[in-house]
Amino acid sequence: MNSIKIRTKRIDGKTQIRTLISHPMEHGRNIDKNTNQPIPAHFIQELTVKHNGKVIASCAMGASVSKDPYFAFMLKGGEPGDKITISWVDNLGQQDSEEHIIK
Amino acid sequence: MTYQTQTGVAIMPVNRREFLKKSVSFGACSMALASGLLKSDPAHAEWLAEQFARHKLEETLKTLFKDAKITESDKIDIQIPQIAENGAVVPITVTSRLDGVENISILVEKNPVPLAARFDLSPELELSVSTRLKMAETSDVIVIVQAGNNLYSARQTVKVTIGGCGG
Repeated sequence: MNSIKIRTKRIDGKTQIRTLISHPMEHGRNIDKNTNQPIPAHFIQELTVKHNGKVIASCAMGASVSKDPYFAFMLKGGEPGDKITISWVDNLGQQDSEEHIIK
Repeated sequence: MTYQTQTGVAIMPVNRREFLKKSVSFGACSMALASGLLKSDPAHAEWLAEQFARHKLEETLKTLFKDAKITESDKIDIQIPQIAENGAVVPITVTSRLDGVENISILVEKNPVPLAARFDLSPELELSVSTRLKMAETSDVIVIVQAGNNLYSARQTVKVTIGGCGG
């Protein structure tokens, strides 16, 4: 699916990890204006960030996170060539994962 | 009499075998469960429906932290616009100077589901998290940080001009 974009930037020995995920993040209370039908809930529930295979951040979220969610973290250290893996799972069981190598 | 004893003898081993088989498999199950629990990563925020239920803020806080005491702290910084023109996208950055922080929760008081996100952070990360929130109306944004067994909170009012929940 490739819904995840990852950007990293090394700043003073730290590494900023930013990610942008394309996802509707519907909370299930919106009405489709064309059909007058409620739009079913569809949002990311869990997000996992790994650094060289080790989980460094794990997030549980609700639909109060904006559409196309954005997250930024700051890693202490981090070397060029290190691997950052970000994956998500939504309430419908869909999932995606993306790898990124720190430059 | 002899017949009965014979059947009795014949039945017994079967029972014993089944009993053993069952006890072994039960043992294996509980072993697997125990090792699974032990192996589970400390930095793993499991998604729990009751935390993300439609509640009032107080009930959500009770679900999250039971009746634990939450202290207000000036060592948590919330960077969020005081006036949000568009409630659908409100950027927020939470940083903290507290030690040993394991978990950061972001709540929007007046959203139908107050809990927006919970972050479990490993010590390899700086205490800084950014994301973007939806806000239904003008409300307080509350950040609760868990450091060891202590809970600290900070809040910031955000005035929303256009709500973020209508289609």
